[in-house]
Amino acid sequence: MMRRVPGADAVGLATLAAVPTLSEAASKALLAEHGVAVAAEHLAADADAAVAAAASLGGGPVAVKLCGAHIAHKTERGLVRLNVLGSDAVRAAAVELLAAARPEDGATGVLVAPMVQGARELIAGLVLDPQFGRTVMLGVGGVLAEAVADVVFRLVPITSLDAAEMIEDLATQKLLGAFRGEPAVDREALAAVLLGLSALAEARPDVVSVDVNPLIVHEGRPVAVDGLVEVAA
Amino acid sequence: MSAARLDPAAFRPLFEPRGVVVVGASSHPGKFGFVSLHNLLAAGYAGNVYGTNLEAETVLGVQTVRSVDEIPAGAADLAFVCTPASTNAEILRACARQGIRAVFLTSAGYGESGEAGRLAEDDLVALARELGIVLAGPNGQGLVSTPVSLCAQIVAPYPTPGRIGVASQSGNFVSSFMNWSLATGVGISRAVSAGNAAMLTVADYLDYYAHDPATAVGLAYVESIGDGRAFYERVAAVATRKPLVLVKGGATEGGARAAASHTGALAADDKVFDGMCRQAGIARAATVEEAFEAAASFATQPLPKGPNVVVMTTAGGWGVVTADAITRDRDLVLAPLPDDLLAQIDTKLPPRWSRNNPVDLAGSETRDTIPEVMEMIARHPGVDAVVHLGLGIQGNQARLMRQGRFYPDFGLERVVSFHERQEVRYAEAADELSRQTGKPILCASELAVADPSNPGPATVRATGRLCYASANRAVTALGHLYRYARFRQRRGLS
Repeated sequence: MMRRVPGADAVGLATLAAVPTLSEAASKALLAEHGVAVAAEHLAADADAAVAAAASLGGGPVAVKLCGAHIAHKTERGLVRLNVLGSDAVRAAAVELLAAARPEDGATGVLVAPMVQGARELIAGLVLDPQFGRTVMLGVGGVLAEAVADVVFRLVPITSLDAAEMIEDLATQKLLGAFRGEPAVDREALAAVLLGLSALAEARPDVVSVDVNPLIVHEGRPVAVDGLVEVAA
Repeated sequence: MSAARLDPAAFRPLFEPRGVVVVGASSHPGKFGFVSLHNLLAAGYAGNVYGTNLEAETVLGVQTVRSVDEIPAGAADLAFVCTPASTNAEILRACARQGIRAVFLTSAGYGESGEAGRLAEDDLVALARELGIVLAGPNGQGLVSTPVSLCAQIVAPYPTPGRIGVASQSGNFVSSFMNWSLATGVGISRAVSAGNAAMLTVADYLDYYAHDPATAVGLAYVESIGDGRAFYERVAAVATRKPLVLVKGGATEGGARAAASHTGALAADDKVFDGMCRQAGIARAATVEEAFEAAASFATQPLPKGPNVVVMTTAGGWGVVTADAITRDRDLVLAPLPDDLLAQIDTKLPPRWSRNNPVDLAGSETRDTIPEVMEMIARHPGVDAVVHLGLGIQGNQARLMRQGRFYPDFGLERVVSFHERQEVRYAEAADELSRQTGKPILCASELAVADPSNPGPATVRATGRLCYASANRAVTALGHLYRYARFRQRRGLS
C-alpha cells in the first residue's frame, strides 16, 4: 500500500514494474495543478542545464534525481543524490545519473530541486482499495513510518471537513504541534494537500494511485518533495 | 450488495405482517419447523398464524394445511420457510398466488455451500423479483419485530421491546444483541439475521430502520460487504437520519481469514474501513458488548452538545479511573469545574469534598445531597454530560441487612427501607434531570450485573436507561454519543 516505505518495495518491484507511471516531474506537475504544494524544481536535459538550474536556485544544496516516465524506484537504483553542493558536484552527479539510465526508463532528464528543510515528514496519496475504490491517505512518514503505521484514509471524494478530520485522526498529534523549533503544522495547508489529491482523483479517473513521499513540513507548511502517479494501463 | 434502494414500504410485510405461515411446520420439537412455530406463538404475535405440513398434522394447536395454496388468499403477508432448498421455488410461486409478499428462508444449501448453491440462490432471487416478493435469507435464523410481538426465528430469545434495530450477517450476533437487551432492559424494535443476504442485505435493513418510526438507532454486525462503495453510500445515508453502530468481524489478519471462510469474501483493509466509518458518521465498536452499549445509549440518552464531562462519585478510586478513561478518550474532556458551580456545590458539602472534577462527595452525603449536587452539575451550562458513580451502595447494604439474622429488629427494617428508597431516588433523579436538561446522565455500577435486583440499577432499568456495568464502559459509550453529535453539528445536520 505505502509502496515507497523501505522494505515494501523489494516485494512489490516485480509486480509493479508493469504498472504505467508518470515521471516524477509529470507527477508533480499534476499534483501542483490540483493544489498540492510541490517543491520548486527544474528538469534539466543535460549536465550543463543541471548546473545552471542549481545556480538559478541560489547555489545552496540541491537534490539531483534521474527523472523518466518509467522510473518508479529511484532510491533502490541509487538515482537520488541529496545535499549536492556546488557546480562541480552538481555536474558530476548529473553525468553519473544520466549514465545510469536504462533503455526501459524512457526519455530521461535530471531533476534539480532545492533541499527542503524540515524535521517532520508525512506521507500522503491516493490508494486503491479493492472494496472501497480510491481513497485519500495521510500518514506519518520517515524511516519508522511502516512500524508506526499512523495512517488514516477517507474515500474519494472528501470534503474540507473530512480533510480536517483526517488530520485530527492521526494518533501522533504531538508531531503536528510546534516541534523542535519549528512552528505547528498549518492544518489548512495540509488539508489543501488532501483536498488536492481528492480533486486530482475526481478529475482523472485513470489515476489509480498517487504516492507523495516524503511530504516534508517546511516551516509548518507541507511540501511534496517526491511524487509518483500511477495511471491505469 | 444491491445498490438500488427498496421502498421502505416493501419491508412492511416482513416486519409487520397481517399473518404468518410457517412453511414446513413440524410436530417434532427438535425441528426448525416446530421451533419457529413455537416461538411465533409463544411471543404473543397477534396476527393469524398458519402452518403447512405434508400430513396436515395439528402442531401446537395449529391445524396445518398441506400446501400454501390452502392458506386463505390475503390472510398472510409473511411465509417463514423451513423446508429443504429444493422445494423453495414452488413455495415462492404458491406464496405469490396467495398474496404473500415476504418470505424468510431459513434453508441452507445455497450460496454458502458452493457454486451450485450460488446458482440456485441467484435463480431464487430472480424468481422472487419476478413475483414481487421480498426475500430474506436464505440460511438465516429469522427475524423479530417487537411492535407486533413477532418472533419468527428458529432460535431464542425474544428480546425486550425497545428502539434498537438490529441487522446482522451472522445470526448468532442477533441472538447476542437480544440477550444483551434482556440482560439490560434496553430493548429492540426489529432484528434480522440477513443469512446469505441473497436479495436483502444488511444495508437494506438499515435503510428500512432509518425510515422506521419504531427504531431510534441501527446496530449491525458485518463481515463482508462486497461492493464497499455502494455499502458506504447506503450506510452514510442512514447515519444522516439516525445513529448507526457497526461492529465488524475480520478486523485483524486472523479474523479476516476466519471471515473469508465464513462468508466467502475478503475483509477490506481495516484502516480503510475505519476511515469509511468516520466519513459516514458511523459509530464503529470494537466488541459486541461495546456495540450493544453504544446502541443502547443512543436509544436512551440525549446526545451531548459538547465534550465536557463531569464525574460525580461517592468514592475516590472510582472517580480516578473514570477521569483516566475520559482523558484517554480522544474527544471527551474532563472539564475543570467552573468557579460558580464549585461555589454552588460548596453550599451542599463539607469542605473535605474534592473541589474538582471528579466531584467526589467523600462520603459526606446526607439525605438529599446526591440529587441536589447532581442537579447543580447537570444544569450548569458548562457541563455537557454527567457520569454518576456509586449507585447501589446503599441498596447493597440493605440487601445484606435483609438477609442477615437481625432483620427486621434493631431498627433494620427502617434503615433498609430508607436505603432502598434512596437508591430509587438517585436513579430517578438521573433520569429526570437528563430529561429536563437534555443532557446525557450515565449511571455506572457493577451492581448492574452483580445484583440486578438492587433497587439502584433496577430503577435505572425501570426508567428505560442502561445501567453501565463499569464507568469505563459508560465513558466508551459516551465517546460514541459525542462523536456522533459532533459529526452532525459540524455538517449542519439538525
